[in-house]
Amino acid sequence: MASHTDHSTHIVPVSTYIFVFLALIVGTVVTWQVALIDLGRFNVIVALTIAVSKATLVILFFMHVKYSPRLTKLVVISGVFWLIILLSVTETDLLTRTWMGVPGR
Amino acid sequence: MDSHGTTVLRHHFENEEQQKEASSLGMWVFLLTEIMFFGGMFMAYLAYRQLYPDSFAAASSKLDVTLGAMNTVVLICSSLTMAMAVHSAALGKQKMIVFYLVATLFLGSVFLGIKTKEYHDKFVHHEVPGADFHPEDWPKNVDMSHASLYFGLYFGLTGLHASHMIIGAGMLLFLIVKAHRGAYTAEWHTPVEMFGLYWHFVDIVWIFLFPLLYLIDPHFGK
Amino acid sequence: MLTATKPPEKSTNYLTDGYGLKSWLLTSDHKRIAILYLISITFFFFIGGIFAAMIRLELATPDGGLLESDVYNKMFTMHGIVMIFFFLIPSIPATLGNFLIPPMIGAKDLAFPKINLLSWYIYVVGGIFTLYVLITGGVDTGWTFYTPFSTSYSNTKVMAAAVGIFIAGFSSILTGLNFIVTIHRMRAPGLSWFRLPLFVWANYATAMIQILGTPVVAVTILLVAMERGLHIGIFDPALGGDPVLFQHLFWFYSHPAVYIMILPSMGVISEIISTFSRRKPFGYTFIAFSSVAIAVFGFLVWGHHLFVSSQSVYAGMVFSVLSYIVAIPSAIKVFNWTATLYKGSVTLSTPMLYAIGFIGLFTIGGLTGLFLASLGMDVHLTDTYFVVAHFHYVMVGGAIMGYLSGLHFWWPKMTGKMYPVLWSKVAAVMVFLGFNLTFFPQFILGYLGMPRRYHVYPPEFQVYNVLSSAGATVLGLGYLIPFIYLMWSLKYGKDAGPNPWGATGLEWQIPSPPPTANFDVTPVVTVEAYEYHAQEVVEVG
Repeated sequence: MASHTDHSTHIVPVSTYIFVFLALIVGTVVTWQVALIDLGRFNVIVALTIAVSKATLVILFFMHVKYSPRLTKLVVISGVFWLIILLSVTETDLLTRTWMGVPGR
Repeated sequence: MDSHGTTVLRHHFENEEQQKEASSLGMWVFLLTEIMFFGGMFMAYLAYRQLYPDSFAAASSKLDVTLGAMNTVVLICSSLTMAMAVHSAALGKQKMIVFYLVATLFLGSVFLGIKTKEYHDKFVHHEVPGADFHPEDWPKNVDMSHASLYFGLYFGLTGLHASHMIIGAGMLLFLIVKAHRGAYTAEWHTPVEMFGLYWHFVDIVWIFLFPLLYLIDPHFGK
Repeated sequence: MLTATKPPEKSTNYLTDGYGLKSWLLTSDHKRIAILYLISITFFFFIGGIFAAMIRLELATPDGGLLESDVYNKMFTMHGIVMIFFFLIPSIPATLGNFLIPPMIGAKDLAFPKINLLSWYIYVVGGIFTLYVLITGGVDTGWTFYTPFSTSYSNTKVMAAAVGIFIAGFSSILTGLNFIVTIHRMRAPGLSWFRLPLFVWANYATAMIQILGTPVVAVTILLVAMERGLHIGIFDPALGGDPVLFQHLFWFYSHPAVYIMILPSMGVISEIISTFSRRKPFGYTFIAFSSVAIAVFGFLVWGHHLFVSSQSVYAGMVFSVLSYIVAIPSAIKVFNWTATLYKGSVTLSTPMLYAIGFIGLFTIGGLTGLFLASLGMDVHLTDTYFVVAHFHYVMVGGAIMGYLSGLHFWWPKMTGKMYPVLWSKVAAVMVFLGFNLTFFPQFILGYLGMPRRYHVYPPEFQVYNVLSSAGATVLGLGYLIPFIYLMWSLKYGKDAGPNPWGATGLEWQIPSPPPTANFDVTPVVTVEAYEYHAQEVVEVG
């Protein structure tokens, strides 16, 4: 049986929500504007870094994960981890197919 | 209105705390399945973007970045109003719950409205994969045959996202009616919280879709 | 000591608590839902069995006179789809798991009883789509739906079949969700994780796979439907698509799916072996962790189904090593079960016969999996009958024997009746012998080079095929006999008490059949799991 304090009574102050909201808006504008500059392959890295940061803010504060039981945090991390398994292990095939030439050619 | 709250303790639970914890874990496990559900399509997107970067860039430049950015802001606002709805419920401010839920529904509808416009534009410009697919003003040196891959995944990803929004809108209507009747109190407002988790998740999906679909290379071909 | 429940007066149990179709179709009682599932999956098992019979009839002669090749393609496709998605995957979790997990953890029901019922309805709708496919001509792509044949060329009911499986997948997801929440949040006071029965651990690990894997195959099916309808090119090489990407997405789920099929059986075996050796399972903690390890590692090996598909050889090597590693936790279980038997007080009850058969057959199936995990050997063995024999050893010799073991063990608990013991043992032996006769020759056939999914073969292979078809007849009879005596026992069987086997576990402390609420008072657990006393001798049957 879970024996932690009742987390559902934790009230996040409105100021926290406003800060997160503003950060999300700024992140969106930055993503948009940086996309208009040609950074080559860094464009996608910058865009995804900002996206991950935004998602983290939403998860921690809007979804209250920062104030949630350990099990909730474990579920979130598992989701990210399993998604990474799907993407990265498939990529080991997609990225290395051309490494070995066809014998005889 | 019942000031003591109207928690319905289901008979198989020992106490309200257990019921609340079960609901919360249940919603999070459901969101876990949603991560993997969208994840499969993200994998397909990843595979073909790396295989056909030029086709993807050219096709992506057909999207209206302004509308996409507006939609992103709309959804972020709706996440704020949803968080405020849960906040109001936790403080027992019943009228504010209704207000914020209605605001969330309004913003969600704006999103869907803009999406409808975008889909309509695609249809008019023959950018919908199928029999009538022939995008216009295609750059000469880019293979158009892979454009349908991009657009197929565009419709697949945003369509999947939009269908989640539509279901969310339906649930919001239900919650608004219940909230209006005073069903949610400071002691018990689990459905509002649980729905909030769902709504934020759908927002997060869009946070990734926006740069991946709209911002591949906004200057391509210009 | 466990807090005892009040001995029942002539009280109702879950079977007598409300009569009529409505009380069953609108139930929220996990036990009734388990019975609903039991009826449905048994129905689909026999449908899948009919397709198997057609296959073995066709293969009894080398010229394949009975069926045209395109009809034969439909036979093995439908056999696979029905057996995997509508029998094996739901089998133990939705029947035994649904029935037993709440009592095993001291709970009155699962966390979400209505979602439990919904999962059954979803399963039924998926099943109806599949029956529709059956009636309107079938599907011929193989249960694996490889593209571009399934997306661009097959003229059979691919969409309907895909929809049926898509829907059935949600049933599986909801079952898994329910189990995870229930096991985390509804254990009785004192019931820590390491006091749980290993059956619960096994179903928990299974639920992890159902949650994390099924959504991926669901979205893959969606993409297949989009491809078939709109020709976006996602899996069609002519339009720039990659058929191997389909295989990645498909097997990302479908390999872990085989662990969905075997893990619950392993959980059953742990219960049976310990009960009928009168011993705590040897290495309880190892068995528990190995279940979770199988669930986790099972997600890292799917590329071994793509060894010859033009997947990168480097990726193949990584998948090969991981496939060897995933065998380790399974082997740990086999060692621990064997060690449990050693110096135990062994009773050869019917469930025990199935369980001992399981250990042998699963070991053979698992070892032959290692042959297939080797890149070099797989080039020769893949798509031959060696693979067919391998997976039937683990899925039938393993998973189904485990299911039958559990069904025979918990039948008295679920129905309050005992079945005729002699017939049950005869059937168990028939299943074991029939199974080996059916599938062992297939290892030889595969080694000799007979391809799978072919309905004609060189005449020199006939003797093995005839042995296999003969074995299938014995096996089929072996499955029919329990169906008959279990049905018979419902009306004429001897009344079973709460604990006919003298087993430990909370489910044996409540009446047989249990009352709807399972417990009057939530038990408080103060003892470790499997507190057996080896000196006790149990009268069986």
